[in-house]
Amino acid sequence: MQIEIDQISKEFGATAALHPVSLSIPSGALVALLGPSGSGKTTLLRILGGLEFPTAGRVLFDAADATNLTVQDRRAGFVFQSYALFRHMTVFENIAYGLRARPRAGRPAKAEIARRVTKLLELIQLPDIGARYPSQLSGGQRQRVALARALAIEPRMLLLDEPFGALDARVRKELRAGLREIHDTTGLTTIFVTHDQDEAMELADLVVVMSMGRIEQIGRPQDIRARPATAFVKEFLAV
Amino acid sequence: MSDTPFARATRPQAHRPNNHRPVTTESPAFRVALIAVIVLFLAFLLFAPLVAVFAEALSKGAIEAIKSLANSEASSAIKLTLIVAAVAVPLNAVFGIAAAWFITKYDFRGKALLITLIDLPFSVSPVVAGLCLVLTFGANTAVGGWMVAQGYPIVFALPSIILASMFVTFPFVARELIPVMIEQGKAEEEAALTLGASGWRIFFTVTLPNIRWALLYGVLLCNARAMGEFGAVAVVSGKIRGQTATMPITIEMLYNEYLSVSAFSMAAVLALLALLTLTLKTLLEWRFADQLAAAHRP
Repeated sequence: MQIEIDQISKEFGATAALHPVSLSIPSGALVALLGPSGSGKTTLLRILGGLEFPTAGRVLFDAADATNLTVQDRRAGFVFQSYALFRHMTVFENIAYGLRARPRAGRPAKAEIARRVTKLLELIQLPDIGARYPSQLSGGQRQRVALARALAIEPRMLLLDEPFGALDARVRKELRAGLREIHDTTGLTTIFVTHDQDEAMELADLVVVMSMGRIEQIGRPQDIRARPATAFVKEFLAV
Repeated sequence: MSDTPFARATRPQAHRPNNHRPVTTESPAFRVALIAVIVLFLAFLLFAPLVAVFAEALSKGAIEAIKSLANSEASSAIKLTLIVAAVAVPLNAVFGIAAAWFITKYDFRGKALLITLIDLPFSVSPVVAGLCLVLTFGANTAVGGWMVAQGYPIVFALPSIILASMFVTFPFVARELIPVMIEQGKAEEEAALTLGASGWRIFFTVTLPNIRWALLYGVLLCNARAMGEFGAVAVVSGKIRGQTATMPITIEMLYNEYLSVSAFSMAAVLALLALLTLTLKTLLEWRFADQLAAAHRP
C-alpha cells in the first residue's frame, strides 16, 4: 500500500512533537525512520497506526484519505517497543487474538484460525511454541511472536517501533535478516523506527532522518551516506 | 546458636574480612531477634484477641453458643450484614474499576483532585460520614422526605446502611487497582486496538485478566470492611433490633447488656466470615500459582 503523509503536525499541549512533515512512501518499501530520541519518529509512526491523531495535516493510504480512520479500521500491523504481548495468553492465543476479535461475519472458523496461526508460527520459524506464555520466551522469540501477531490480521502495512531495541547485539543481527525476509515474502509496506543508524542503513530501502520534529533528509542509505543534506545528518552519521 | 549448621559452615572463614554470607543478609542473632519481635507482636495483637473471642464464645459450651445465635434477632443481623455486603461490594468493585481505568488510561485536568476525593473516606471519620448521610437523606430533607412519602425511607432503613457501607469502603478497589494499572501501562490495550478489538472486548479480554488479582484483593478487603463497619452504620441505621441492626451493631448491643456468650458468639461468626474470605483468597492464589507467576514476570 502506498502511503502519503501530507503536512502532518502534532502538538502535545504547548510542545510541538512534529512540525508539519510530508513524506511519500512507495508501495512495498521497507522504510526506516531514523533519529535520536525526541525527534518525533515514534509520534509519526503512531499517527500512521491511528494511535495518535495529528493536530493538522492528512494521511492518505492508496490516495484515499485515512486521517480520521479509527485504529481498528486501519488494519496496520503494529509491533510495539516492548512487544506488548498479552501476558496471560499463550503464544497461540496472542497470535489468534486479531482474528478472534473480528466481527462474527468476517471471523474465520476455529480450524481456519488454527491453520493460520500454525502457518505464522512457521513463518517466524518457531513452530513449537504455541502453548507457551510470553514470560517463558526469550527476547528474540517475543519479538518474532509480536511480528506474527501483527501479521495475523492480514495488515495493509507493517509498523514497528524500535523492533530491535530490547535485544542483545547478536540476536539483533539475526532478527534484522528475519524482518527483511518477512518483508520480502509478504510484500507489505513496512516502516520501522530506530535510533541505530547501522540498523537503518543495513535494512531499509529508504531512510528518513528526523530531528526535533522535522525531517532532515529522505533518501536511499547510500545516497544519505554519500551526500548528507544538513549539518545534523552529517553529525548524526559520524557518531 | 553455635551448633547450627549455618554457624559451623561459616566459622572457618570467620577470620577473613569477607565471609560468604550474602551482603544483604543480617547476622543470625539479629535475624532471630527480628523474627521473635514479629512473632510476639503478631501473637499479642492478632492471635490472642482472636483466640479470646472464640474462647469467650465457647465459655459455656458450644451448645450455648449455637443457641445464642438461633433466634430471630441474631439471624436477622447475619442476614442484614450479608445483604449489605452483597450489594455494596459489587457496586464498589464496578466503581473502583471505572475510577482506576479513568485515572490510569487518560490524562486530564484535576486528576490529582479526583485521586484525593477517592481517598476521602479513609480520612473522614465514619461517624461524620454517617451524620452527613442523615443530613442529606433524612426524613426532613427533600429527597429523604419524598422517599418516605413513597414508602421507602432511606435513613434508619436498609438503603442508608448500604450507602454508609459503600461510602466507607469505596476507596479499597480503586486503591488496589491504580498502582497495578499504572505499572502495566497502556501498551497491551493499544496492541489489542491495532488488532481490531473493540473497547468492551479489550476490557474483558486484556484489561480485566491483567488486573484480576489486584481486583480480587481489593474486593476481599472491601468485603471484610463492609461486613465489619460500625461507626457510620451505627449513626444511620437507628439500631432497630431485628430490622436495621447489623452484626457489629448487634454485638455491641449484646455486649452492653452483659450477654457475653451471645455477643462473643456473634463476634466469632463475624471473625469466621473474615477468615473465610482470607482462606478463599489463599486457595485461589494456590490454585492459580503458575498463572500468577507467569503474569508477574516481565
